[in-house]
Amino acid sequence: MNTETIKKEENKTAKTERITGCEAIIRCLIAEGVDILYGYPGGAIMPVYDELYKYQDRIHHVLTRHEQGAAHAAQGYARISGKVGVAMATSGPGATNLITGIADAQIDSTPIVCITGQVPSHLLGTDAFQETDIVGISTPVTKWNAQVTKASEIPEVMAKAFYIAKSGRPGPVLVDITKDAQFEEFDFKYEKCTAVRSYNPIPKTDINTVKAAADLINNAEKPMIVWGQGVILGEAEEELKAVVEKSGVPAAWTILGASALPTSHPLNIGMVGMHGNYAPNKLTNECDVLIAIGMRFDDRVTGDLNTYAKQAKIIHFDIDPAEINKNVKVDIAVLGDSKESLGLLLSELNANSHESWLQEFKDLYAIEYDAVIKDDLLPEKEGLTMGEVLKEINTYSNGDAAIVSDVGQHQMIACRYAEFNKTKSNITSGGLGTMGFALPAAIGAKMAEPHREVVAIIGDGGYQMNIQELGTIFQQKVAVKIVVLNNEFLGMVRQWQQLFFDKRYASTEMTNPDFVTIAKGYHIEAKRVTKREELADAVKEMIESKSSYFLEVCVEKEDNVFPMIPSGASVSDIRLS
Amino acid sequence: MSQEIKTFTISVYTENNIGLLNRISAIFQRRHINIESLTTSQSEIKDVNRFVIVVKITEDQAIKVVRQIEKQVEAIRAYYHTNEETIFTENCMFKIKSELLFEEPQIQNIIKDSDSRIVTVNREFFVLESTGRRHEIEELREKLDKFGIMQFVRSGRIAVTKDEMKVSEILEEFKNQ
Repeated sequence: MNTETIKKEENKTAKTERITGCEAIIRCLIAEGVDILYGYPGGAIMPVYDELYKYQDRIHHVLTRHEQGAAHAAQGYARISGKVGVAMATSGPGATNLITGIADAQIDSTPIVCITGQVPSHLLGTDAFQETDIVGISTPVTKWNAQVTKASEIPEVMAKAFYIAKSGRPGPVLVDITKDAQFEEFDFKYEKCTAVRSYNPIPKTDINTVKAAADLINNAEKPMIVWGQGVILGEAEEELKAVVEKSGVPAAWTILGASALPTSHPLNIGMVGMHGNYAPNKLTNECDVLIAIGMRFDDRVTGDLNTYAKQAKIIHFDIDPAEINKNVKVDIAVLGDSKESLGLLLSELNANSHESWLQEFKDLYAIEYDAVIKDDLLPEKEGLTMGEVLKEINTYSNGDAAIVSDVGQHQMIACRYAEFNKTKSNITSGGLGTMGFALPAAIGAKMAEPHREVVAIIGDGGYQMNIQELGTIFQQKVAVKIVVLNNEFLGMVRQWQQLFFDKRYASTEMTNPDFVTIAKGYHIEAKRVTKREELADAVKEMIESKSSYFLEVCVEKEDNVFPMIPSGASVSDIRLS
Repeated sequence: MSQEIKTFTISVYTENNIGLLNRISAIFQRRHINIESLTTSQSEIKDVNRFVIVVKITEDQAIKVVRQIEKQVEAIRAYYHTNEETIFTENCMFKIKSELLFEEPQIQNIIKDSDSRIVTVNREFFVLESTGRRHEIEELREKLDKFGIMQFVRSGRIAVTKDEMKVSEILEEFKNQ
């Protein structure tokens, strides 16, 4: 018997059970190993919530305070665990409120499945109450989406949703289910999806491309690796480490690649990109071979493309053929899963070291240290810096914490200075740059891995974009640590206004509420620090706390993040001040 | 890579699912590319649809758009071709007052010369159908225009390529996995 016949035989014998569509949804979730989901009830999804009530011993529904919070929490869950995060919402506004999280998951390749209720099928297209074309709206920001109008379609669509979200280059999937399909009874049986004929999630790695890549690397004098999140998504951290160590190639990371290799690794040369480290940016334009692994040459990484690594031969490892030559023309493309392709590369590489080349990175680091890092981490001025807060967090968490950052100056500081010992420890909104991401994402991360320390680092602007999720933290007793770095400004925009708009601070100054009082209103332990001498103890107290904790640090109002590649400039024109 | 803007025919083999047209057209919209014409139909393979999309872009853009289309879960394969690499045609129909057919003998000559076909005639109007390249159809329209056209409609381009598409082989490979 071939496999297809065997499958058919199995199908004949697979037991069916007569249940409703909404029960089927829950059963599908359980079959996919979902034990937690984030959502918000409403009219068109109520039958599913009614079933959730019956299944609450097997599946934990977390009521967020806004559907956007549910989507970001599902992302945080997925990012720290590598599993598929699940969010649920009702039709209309419930569904549209998920969109920012879905778009964020799409651009940052995060596996989430969003389930939305929809008006009954006979009302589709009638402008019914809370009807919206969420399939149409979500199409450009989902990896796949589908509308279900019959209960019998639920098992297959749900199985496909989980398979597509997680396989290959991951991404968000939305399943929209009409209310009548939720109520309808049918004969349920569930089979996991293992393939879709029009979908090739992992292109085969061509060994010849690997050999050609190895040949270039083996003969390079000034090779440099830039890795991205593809290493983490492909669970190729060990392979990356082995490749780096065997070849002796200095390796830098993109914002989403952070933590795949420990910060302390001697060949880890820091972050590339607009606010990345001086050395890897500058030397991008001096290396002879640039090895890009699971990254997509984002404009924030490359700066001006016309002057990006023009002197170098470029090798690109990626799972997504659409990324090859999309932004940067490459000499060798190695398609495939990073774990496999790096494994193959390893056996083709010669053991090597590049001491004098590595020394160039160290020399430039010393320049960056004197010009920027010293003042960030060991400031002599009166005002507190964001950098010194990170330094204290590193000290008291021993680099074991997962850092969930929002978007803006604090995010750049967090990514620059956080020390990571473990992979999947840097959870942030990279591609979309979604302010409001961190608080709900931290909830998802902490609930996925309760044994891990999860510290959310947020600016005073982004904090107020999803501040309502303090309610979720309180109700669910999520022991997440929240650090708000308060400079009473939308700091990154203010920095640009200072540097490029003659200090015209248009709508960036913030008159903030008393954040400590607000946290206390949610019965969350809270403290405000305004002086340097209070900082270390406060951070220590926060890390040692067994429950949720809110720490507001009032930092210097008009500090800037440097180094900086001005928008549209070359990576080698990175500024230190 | 040539940065010259040319006419490309993009052929996409897909599953026949609701919403896919939206998903594919969104790829062009997002890149601010105007779709000159778009036709979908059943392909030579059972249950597989074929989109024929005509756009004026650079080859570099064509490559990237094709990759973005192929990235869609329900797209099986996409290709781009220049005019020289395809056999293509368009279809058109004219609705014209029947009396003109008798009053204007020239019309009969136009029909003959252009290889058009009369699909139907009744007391009020007759319908003319023609097939050809865009400029041929435009020429015909201009010639008929002076007599008065009640309705005119032209289809998008349909095209087959000179080279092989190998889509059934891809599907066969999947089946045997």
